[in-house]
Amino acid sequence: MASPAVIDVNGLAALIAALQQEGYRVIGPIQRDGAIIYDEISQLNDLPFGWGDEQEAGMYRVRRREDNAVFGYAVGPHSWKRFLHPSPVVLWRARRRGNEWMIEEPVEDSPRLAFLGVRSCDLHAIGVLDRVLHHGSYIDPIYAERRESAFVIVVQCAHFTPRTCFCASMGTGPKATQGFDLALTELVEPDAHRFVVEVGSARGAAILQQIPHRPAEPTDVTAAEHAIAQTAASMGRQLQTAGLPAALLANLEHPHWDKIAQRCLACGNCTMVCPTCFCFSVEDRHDLTGTVTERVRRLDVCFTTSFTYTAGKPLRQSIRSRYRQWLTHKLATWVEQFGTFGCVGCGRCITWCPVGIDLTIEAAAITGREQTTEGVV
Amino acid sequence: MPRRRRRPKLAVWKFASCDGCQLTLLDCEDELLLMSELFEIAYFLEASSAVVRGPYDLSLVEGSITTAEEVERIHAIRRQSRILVAMGACATAGGIQALRNFVDVEDMKRVVYASPEYVRTLEHSLPASAYVPVDYELPGCPPNKVQVLEFLTAFLQGRRPSIPTHSVCLDCKRQGIVCVMVAEGIPCLGPVTRTGCGALCPRYRRGCYGCFGPMESPNTESLSAWFLIRSGLAPQQLVPLYRSFNAAAPAFVEASQRYADPKSVQKAAESLGTHAFDQREPANGEA
Repeated sequence: MASPAVIDVNGLAALIAALQQEGYRVIGPIQRDGAIIYDEISQLNDLPFGWGDEQEAGMYRVRRREDNAVFGYAVGPHSWKRFLHPSPVVLWRARRRGNEWMIEEPVEDSPRLAFLGVRSCDLHAIGVLDRVLHHGSYIDPIYAERRESAFVIVVQCAHFTPRTCFCASMGTGPKATQGFDLALTELVEPDAHRFVVEVGSARGAAILQQIPHRPAEPTDVTAAEHAIAQTAASMGRQLQTAGLPAALLANLEHPHWDKIAQRCLACGNCTMVCPTCFCFSVEDRHDLTGTVTERVRRLDVCFTTSFTYTAGKPLRQSIRSRYRQWLTHKLATWVEQFGTFGCVGCGRCITWCPVGIDLTIEAAAITGREQTTEGVV
Repeated sequence: MPRRRRRPKLAVWKFASCDGCQLTLLDCEDELLLMSELFEIAYFLEASSAVVRGPYDLSLVEGSITTAEEVERIHAIRRQSRILVAMGACATAGGIQALRNFVDVEDMKRVVYASPEYVRTLEHSLPASAYVPVDYELPGCPPNKVQVLEFLTAFLQGRRPSIPTHSVCLDCKRQGIVCVMVAEGIPCLGPVTRTGCGALCPRYRRGCYGCFGPMESPNTESLSAWFLIRSGLAPQQLVPLYRSFNAAAPAFVEASQRYADPKSVQKAAESLGTHAFDQREPANGEA
């Protein structure tokens, strides 16, 4: 691939415009409702210039930064699954005409999406979803279509403190090395606010050609590497992954599960914010007369009783059993099922748990392993 | 749908309530005409003074049971109804008027009425299910018309209604609403409250008031401990939080009574091992 380039803030504006010109809807970070979320970007000024965040277990606050960094924040409540694995979706509709049913498949004009600001953990999360919904025996056409057309612009993690992150433990970051079209590393110097651009694909190279850029100097590349290394060195959480699946599965009756169950609300927030949790339920809806039926798919979570409702009752009646299912799936049985962990270390489930349950602490307690994290109280 | 020989007879009954649930039915504007074709609306005084005698195929009951006469009436309705559905927070949990369940009703009468001697009332305001078997409950203050229509549709088709009992949180997340509790420190009952409103309050950056009552597995003890420690609420502030439209729902009764006694707070905190909680964010929503 091409050697690294450098663009400035105007180049970033040109990048957004070039993608729009190519027919992409650009999805990127926006500061709204007290968080940095992902939504459609129409122009450069939509991006969260000068906004950062502070995160701890069960706590998130947007904060004004002292500099004007565009990507100076850790991942927020939204992830890209929101756009790749949308919910709800009407799968088909049936209309009764006399004694016959006419089946209609809704013709969805699947949008061409460009994701601006994909972090390495989230790129790996998309990889996990690919394995489940795209590359396995059962291909989900809704996911596949959106995924294949998606233009991925990674932003390497720099200039923020990754308090609830543990991508370094999971081997999923903070630097993305492949699987993107373009990757930006932001360098926030007062007189030289710029982005080092790595090219990861032919279409990435083609877009770069359309925007003003210059070749990267060795000093640019060194500064970028340094910024990413700082993030790697300041990870707020750790998880010992060696032998973890076996250690968890050997402790299914550990008394600590009961302690977690005392705190767990079974509200489903961890699962909803998880960038890899893909479970959905399918339901038929009817109008009052029973002449129109819709089959609707929507995201579901393993924390509800309806999730395991079978033959008259839910199988996992206690919160303990539901939390245990979630954690052991993420960190143990997912490996058997799909060959990777179901966790990429993004830390969203830690931050967005309303009562601050931290899976790195819980997994360590259950497996009796050392937990050495300065962020833990 | 197979042609029915006879339209099912629908009755809508009112007990101690504000009529809001009946208004939810009338609010089904696009479907109202269709409803009147598909059902024989036999008793619905809010809509029509024309009354058809029972028995009824489906009775929707609004309001809580608060007087001896109402106890007799709910039994009479039950006897005449094939399916009886309690609709709304009053009929399913006793309503806001169940606040009197926590005090001496005689005291309350004297405070509220100029001539309390004319008021004949039971000590407690209770849901229909406290007196008669109830076939289905539609929660909410008021119920959601989408859920009401889903119930009526399921009834007509003879299938189970698909009405979720999980937390409000799932619907916040499905809509991409940023959590008001995590991002702003606002105490929110969403994690212990049953969904149904479409996450109305969090959408407008307010905490959930619990209008739909407890969700399927409400862990109020854990949520309350978090409110005390992280949202900076005093124990006595937790009591009114749980005592609103669904004050007499058993899970919320337990939750409010736990903090009616201040000594219980320390005990609850200890039992939860709150040393694991991060205490660095004492502010109540202020950054």
